[in-house]
Amino acid sequence: MSEFKIALAGNPNVGKSTVFNALTGLRQHTGNWTGKTVELCRGAYSYQGNSFTLTDLPGTYSLKSYSEEEAVAARALEETSYDCVILVLDAGALERNLGLALEVLCIAPHAVVCLNLSDEAREKGLEINHKELSRLLQVPVIPCCARKKQGLKSLAAAVLAVCEDPKQVNSFYQRFDCADSASAVLLRGACKSIAAHCVRRLRDDRKSLRDRRIDKLVTSRATGIPLMLVLCGVLFWLTAVGANLPSALLSRFFEALKRELSALCEMAAMPKFLSGILIDGVYTTLSWVVAVMLPPMAIFFPLFSLMEDAGYLPRIAFNLDRFFAKCGAHGKQSLCMMMGIGCNACGVTGCRIIENRRERLIAVLTNSFMPCNGRLPILIALISIFFANASLGPMASFKVAAILVVILTCCVGVTLGVSKLLSAWLKKEQTSGFMLELPPYRRPPIVKTLTRSFLDRTLRVLGRAAAVAAPAGAVIWLFANIKIGNSSVLQVCTDFLDPFGRFLGLDGVILMALLLGFPANETVIPLIIMGYTANGVMTDFAGYGELAALLTQNGWTAATAVCMIIITVLHFPCSTTCLTVKKETGSLKWTLLSMAIPTVCGVVCCAVTSHVMRLFL
Amino acid sequence: MKRSCLLSELPPHMTAVIVRLNRSDALGRRLTDLGVTEGEQITAEFRSPFGDPTAYRVKGCLLALRKKDCGTVEVAYE
Repeated sequence: MSEFKIALAGNPNVGKSTVFNALTGLRQHTGNWTGKTVELCRGAYSYQGNSFTLTDLPGTYSLKSYSEEEAVAARALEETSYDCVILVLDAGALERNLGLALEVLCIAPHAVVCLNLSDEAREKGLEINHKELSRLLQVPVIPCCARKKQGLKSLAAAVLAVCEDPKQVNSFYQRFDCADSASAVLLRGACKSIAAHCVRRLRDDRKSLRDRRIDKLVTSRATGIPLMLVLCGVLFWLTAVGANLPSALLSRFFEALKRELSALCEMAAMPKFLSGILIDGVYTTLSWVVAVMLPPMAIFFPLFSLMEDAGYLPRIAFNLDRFFAKCGAHGKQSLCMMMGIGCNACGVTGCRIIENRRERLIAVLTNSFMPCNGRLPILIALISIFFANASLGPMASFKVAAILVVILTCCVGVTLGVSKLLSAWLKKEQTSGFMLELPPYRRPPIVKTLTRSFLDRTLRVLGRAAAVAAPAGAVIWLFANIKIGNSSVLQVCTDFLDPFGRFLGLDGVILMALLLGFPANETVIPLIIMGYTANGVMTDFAGYGELAALLTQNGWTAATAVCMIIITVLHFPCSTTCLTVKKETGSLKWTLLSMAIPTVCGVVCCAVTSHVMRLFL
Repeated sequence: MKRSCLLSELPPHMTAVIVRLNRSDALGRRLTDLGVTEGEQITAEFRSPFGDPTAYRVKGCLLALRKKDCGTVEVAYE
């Protein structure tokens, strides 16, 4: 019964996270793109009565500290003495993977090689002599297929054997100093000769030929961009249409539950103040957030994960890089932007995949231009009410999806424009090269991807939103129910904001809702409803019909909706995102800028749009 | 007959041998880590819809590089 410290190292996108998950049973998010693990992730497992703590190092190509991830991995390996390092290698690209492996073996005495993706190597027509590889490196080599959970038992056994016999040291330990360039050349030669010894080509590479055919479709001038737009359209259409029914059912359920709860409170003779804050404040806000957010997220995230696992997302970065290059930004920024559609805080964290500081800052500061999942439902609601109402019949949902694609294209345009300005401003900092690995296409395990992404991402984001929405609901209720003279605090504030709101084509209630929605943008629509109904009770709205009636009663026109859409996309990011920006940039200046830039853009756009529309309407 | 050119000028679907990287900065080191080393075979596979970057196959992996980043790399092909 002993305890051992294990590290997991390897190139990006060789399935380290999958090995990690398979060993520990933890659900770390995995995906088919380079640079998934951006933080050190720890987990534990036990094998034959021994306990192991497993640290997943970020995927890197070397330990020379060119990027932040490499620095993190190198520091971890130098500072901690691990009992065993599991080196995860892609069997289909052994020579290149050996580059990092040999560097690690030079500083870590004990290791096990996990020859992952063996099935893919077979498809590529390669045969690997793992016994020979093991003899040359003097470490155990275990052929694995982590996705299919093959070879993991042997891996765990090999790790235990290495941990229990610390005298056995690998053949490269302390033989080279990686920082020295002469050694680097020798190590490269060693990779080449080892790979030449151990890899044999049996057949033609049919897998890569098939991949090239898909790539031709996905990245060619004629089909690449249209396919991308269609896929995005389908994604949003499924999200918008699929979410309607479950959303309506959930709100009906919550409404019924609310009646029961109110009755219960009355029976318990609860003070009016307490039941008001709990039921009309906390419960109603919370149930709105769940009813409106859960269905679109439960559809969007799993579908997005499928595209991610199949290997399509890096191709999007590849297709769009030209535009980003023109704006002094990095093609990988498009991946951060897509993560931003899920959640801006995730998107900002994801910007670590960009090595260069300047390009990373640009990506961080512009991430909130992509409407996150808290704001997408607002857009869907407004489009459905004002621009694609149900009178269009079955066509309405297509129209919603089409308008959403247009809005998102505008968001991308704004992102690129602001990136260009920022890059001109940050001129003195150096740009880095663009090097993007395009991974092989992989058939995602559909059921597993769907359930896992639902459990991991959807519920986590929802949990975060709910944690913020509950106290926000209480605060808002207090705002609406504490009186100064004859009017509530909320009334006073909205009256104060009203002139400025009108100037922007909006009104005071909307501005107030946006300000109070700082902790979670999901609460903006419930806040607007609360502001209009003025009695301080958030009434339930089963469908868009009643919401539409309320909005038009309060003077909303199509022009208001346009301005609202603009300000929804272009305003300060939510508090979680701001905190993440602070964490990622380590500077208050950049955090404040990340709030100021979108807000200024939004105010200017709204003012201009509303005044132009007033001229014509 | 062997012809030599810059990697960025290598026509699509052509395979060449890398002759020299001609850069020793961080970018050059990065290229080396990714398998773009002297004597290695490299194939220009396909270009992005807007002409840049280009995807190259090297050491069994597919790598997208911008023109300006691989513009110093000399290659030779038949």
